[in-house]
Amino acid sequence: MLMFRVFARPEKGSMYWKEIMREIDVLGIESLGITIIISMFMGAVITLQTASDLENPLIPLYLIGYTTKQSMILEFSPTILSLILAGKVGSRIASEIGTMQVTEQIDALEIMGVNSASFLILPKIIASVLINPFLVVVSMFVGIGGGWIIAVMTNLVSPQDFQYGLLYEFRMFIVYYALIKTVVFAFIIASVSAYHGYYTVGGALEVGRSSTKAVVHSSIMILLFNLIITQLLLI
Amino acid sequence: MIEARNISKSFPDKQVLKDVSVEFYPGKTNLVIGQSGSGKTVLLKCMVGLLEVDEGDIMFDGRVFNKMKFREKKEIRKEIGMLFQGGALFDSQTVEENVMFPLSMFTSLTYREKRDRANVCLDRVNLCGANALYPSEISGGMKKRVAIARAIAVQPKYLFCDEPNSGLDPMTALVIDMLIKEITVEYNITTVINTHDMNSILEIGDTVTFIHHGEKWWQGPSDTILDTDNPELQDFVYATKYLDKYHRKR
Repeated sequence: MLMFRVFARPEKGSMYWKEIMREIDVLGIESLGITIIISMFMGAVITLQTASDLENPLIPLYLIGYTTKQSMILEFSPTILSLILAGKVGSRIASEIGTMQVTEQIDALEIMGVNSASFLILPKIIASVLINPFLVVVSMFVGIGGGWIIAVMTNLVSPQDFQYGLLYEFRMFIVYYALIKTVVFAFIIASVSAYHGYYTVGGALEVGRSSTKAVVHSSIMILLFNLIITQLLLI
Repeated sequence: MIEARNISKSFPDKQVLKDVSVEFYPGKTNLVIGQSGSGKTVLLKCMVGLLEVDEGDIMFDGRVFNKMKFREKKEIRKEIGMLFQGGALFDSQTVEENVMFPLSMFTSLTYREKRDRANVCLDRVNLCGANALYPSEISGGMKKRVAIARAIAVQPKYLFCDEPNSGLDPMTALVIDMLIKEITVEYNITTVINTHDMNSILEIGDTVTFIHHGEKWWQGPSDTILDTDNPELQDFVYATKYLDKYHRKR
């Protein structure tokens, strides 16, 4: 029912556009820092772990670059980053809308004749679906970059071997697969979190509970859809 | 004029409104009074459409509001202003943006025209110069005044106020009361105020409706309320010892 109201015709496009731009900034651009930090360290750790496992001299070293690339693009950037964003962005959405609910700001919108569900939730969904793929692409580049830096700094593999591994059996489809997952996860994060925020009843304690529920339920949904999408697209 | 005809409202555990019929007149401050939990907030929420009534009709100048479709209701809602207990200002917007919001949403005014209208409204509530402040940066009384400015920005025909001076000091409460009264007369608005504050009742009330245990117990002009012989209303009116002294003297 809530989604029917969310996707109803907007009252005034220009106001929605302004909100979408604000949400892109709040939900996306403000998440850029944490995306870069986490991705860089994760890429570096994947490289080190792969290198530590390759003790057999018959196994070529370029596999370090190959494994880093595959891990980052297939799983880390789209899925793990989305789980992190479910925590950061999801809790923010749920607590923002939940606070608006308990302080009667949503009632104020309704009385003015504004479709509050659409005005508050639709811009968040659109912003997440637009900006999260950008964050994931940044994460892929930064993660692989982090792996390359640590590999070169520790002399585990030569830059040429690492680069060869990155290009080895590269299929553009894995990037599309990652982006499709990201769009689905972005929709889940925004809509599940907004749902919990919108139906908050009570006070500050309930806002906190809604925020926790939003993170837990979004994360479970992301893991479930990760499995479904992987089964559908890769197998 | 706003009319509630035979309205009833129940929640799973309790019937809150029982066959309430009441009229509110334009250009008047129509007060709804009653103890906490008597059902006056539910009555207000039913009238503005935040709650659906189980039975009865809510009419705005003869238009049956509660039986309208969503889109028709929206048109009436554009004629309604509401002042919430806590102000219900949008936290992410400045004072000026809050007042401009309904104009941005429902009019095709230019930015300059909207800003000018917002300034007129803020001036009317004596809040010049607070345009750039956020709700978190202003006092409770200022929040109420911004909420009034936002409510009158679209020149509403109907104004609903839910305990407008709760949590305010007596002087600020009086300022808010007088502001609502002046605006009601100035714009000929049908104003409905939920309150349990005796100062408000005596200062600004034109008509008073007393709700007791979800029923309309008494209705009349505010200047007759002190002479009432209705025992429940007497208990409410003379609950403070100062008014009780006055009552005993008489």
